[in-house]
Amino acid sequence: MLKIENLHCEIEGNSILKGINLSIGSGETHAIMGPNGSGKSTLSSVIAGDESYEITSGSIQFLGKDLLDFSAEERAHLGVFLSFQYPIEIPGVSVSNFLKTALNECRKANDLPPLSARDMLALMKSNLELLQMNSDFLSRSMNAGFSGGEKKRNEIFQLAMLEPKICVLDETDSGLDIDALKVVANGVNKLRNNSRSFLIITHYQRLLDHISPDHVHVLVGGKIIKSGGPELALELEKNGYDKLC
Amino acid sequence: MEKKDEKKIIKEFTEKSYKYGFVSNFDSDTIPKGLSEQTIKLISKKKKEPKWMLQKRLEAFGILKEMPPPQWAKLKFKEIDLQKIIYYSAPKQKVSLKSLDEADPELIKTFNKLGISIEEQKRLAGVAVDIVIDSVSVSTSFKDKLAELGIIFCSMSEAVKNHGDLVKKYIGSVVPPKDNYFAALNSAVFSDGSFCYIPKGVKCPMELSTYFRINEAGTGQFERTLIIAEENSTVSYLEGCTAPQRDENQLHAAIVEIVALDSSDVKYSTVQNWYPGNKDGKGGVYNFVTKRGIAYRNAKISWTQVETGSSITWKYPSCILKGDGSIGEFFSIAVTKNYQQADTGTKMIHMGKNTKSTIISKGISAGFSNNSYRGLVKINRSAKKARNFSQCDSLLMGDKCGAHTFPYIDVKNNCSIVEHEATTSKIGEDQLFYCNQRGIPEQEAIALIVNGYCKDVLQKLPMEFAVEARKLLEITLEDSVG
Repeated sequence: MLKIENLHCEIEGNSILKGINLSIGSGETHAIMGPNGSGKSTLSSVIAGDESYEITSGSIQFLGKDLLDFSAEERAHLGVFLSFQYPIEIPGVSVSNFLKTALNECRKANDLPPLSARDMLALMKSNLELLQMNSDFLSRSMNAGFSGGEKKRNEIFQLAMLEPKICVLDETDSGLDIDALKVVANGVNKLRNNSRSFLIITHYQRLLDHISPDHVHVLVGGKIIKSGGPELALELEKNGYDKLC
Repeated sequence: MEKKDEKKIIKEFTEKSYKYGFVSNFDSDTIPKGLSEQTIKLISKKKKEPKWMLQKRLEAFGILKEMPPPQWAKLKFKEIDLQKIIYYSAPKQKVSLKSLDEADPELIKTFNKLGISIEEQKRLAGVAVDIVIDSVSVSTSFKDKLAELGIIFCSMSEAVKNHGDLVKKYIGSVVPPKDNYFAALNSAVFSDGSFCYIPKGVKCPMELSTYFRINEAGTGQFERTLIIAEENSTVSYLEGCTAPQRDENQLHAAIVEIVALDSSDVKYSTVQNWYPGNKDGKGGVYNFVTKRGIAYRNAKISWTQVETGSSITWKYPSCILKGDGSIGEFFSIAVTKNYQQADTGTKMIHMGKNTKSTIISKGISAGFSNNSYRGLVKINRSAKKARNFSQCDSLLMGDKCGAHTFPYIDVKNNCSIVEHEATTSKIGEDQLFYCNQRGIPEQEAIALIVNGYCKDVLQKLPMEFAVEARKLLEITLEDSVG
């Protein structure tokens, strides 16, 4: 589904990713772990199409297309979703209005008619239940005045609404207490299926206790230095990154 | 109009960003340009006015001659030559109309192009519309239905003729000619406008609406609106404005006066979309307007405005809170782009006890434009326990525009509360990226963010107007980030 080859990128002349190779199959869940400053968030931004980074070499193939040829919104239309580490506030724009606009833009790009108000509301309600959220939530301003946990739930709620094919979760566990972590992880697990892949970026094992990955990669200094199964995450938790470097 | 012309107009329409920049080919009755006593007498004669009205006009002209044009606003423009303006131009209209069916089909076409399909509005919204093109009011709908309730809604010319006592009593009582330069000019040469009278205890059952349009080249539009709300009455009034695209600057100097008697409630909403000039700042309307209301005991006056047009906007809808317990509100969205300049705000003059005022101003600047909020909150010694809350927000798009806030606060007693909040923000790359990542393209994302930013004000507009205003904001701000 997603194939990254020899990806190099830099920002303001600083090289950050130094040859990433990663291949994610349909329905697979991969985790990327690594210390601060290793390039984890950069990788997720680059996949999503953040233009502040310059790609100096390499490629990203997504469903047979060269992803780097597409703008951020076109990537979203193709089915790329990023759950932001720091979700952005948009005052005065309600969650429901934002999602209605987003979902209908995605549908339009895929030659589908807009959802009727009724179907839209029904879909929102069922997804709110999935994340154990109250329907008041829909009329609140996008992320404005949300607690850390609410922001992260809102990200996964959007994921559920937009039904993407590849979901990049950038430190979705940060800012969550244990109960919220369980709710979010359960939501993610219910959204996993054979045609949807996940790339989970995290510092800690704790999220992976709830969402078990098929593959774990260790990113250090802009390169993947080690890959393995779920046991690799446990090993890292025990021994730290230093031993691997 | 021939078919060919129409095609051309439609082509112009679709190719240019200002949607209302067409010229209609009415036969017009236009007087020579220039301002003198002669001009004023001619206008008054054309309008078959009574003597007292001419007298008032000449007095105002006397005051104007003694006044210098204002210099203090943060605006740059060439001095206006009053001798180069045409002060009266009217589509030749045979007789006054009883219903729209009798109107010149050319007029109906124009209305449809303006997007105010009157038929539609009549049916769906029940909005009574008065339309002023250049200098005269050409149609007032729903007059009969309103008359049953004793409501008078007609053109100012008709009011001068048929309701002379009311006009004589109130015109100039809120905005006297000596108030400012443009008020004096308007008082001398005003050509038409709307008049509205709501009798005691009557709640006007529909929105009253006026549409203003400057059509003829070189004309100024000097309309005059007077709204009188008797005790315990309620009215909501809407005003829309458009103009053709022309290279020269056109002058619009209007006066709106509101008299809100005890316990009445007047809401005045404006969507101003005069031609703003082209992208290099050439042409456009100079919009110098004086709007003011006086609120008596427990009365409420609410101004809501969406200002997107005009090359220069100079406008401060104000409330004199004369009666105890009276309330004044001002909700404003002002958008400037390219080389537009806006200097707008409000004045809240608290005189009565327990008077309250709220000011919410949202400025949006893009391109090379300048957008200033200028507001005065004055609390007199007599205004015990008065309250004011002001919030002035500015949103910047790009880095070549300016936003300025000039709040003047003058409190003369020690038992009043005045609060002022101000913020300046920029549409962030991160906000846009977030929207893009969810599949929302840039233009739609800007529209969404700006509408969110303006929400507090948009929700004060009457429903059908809010939809129009939202669309207008979206069209106005296309291609504004860069």
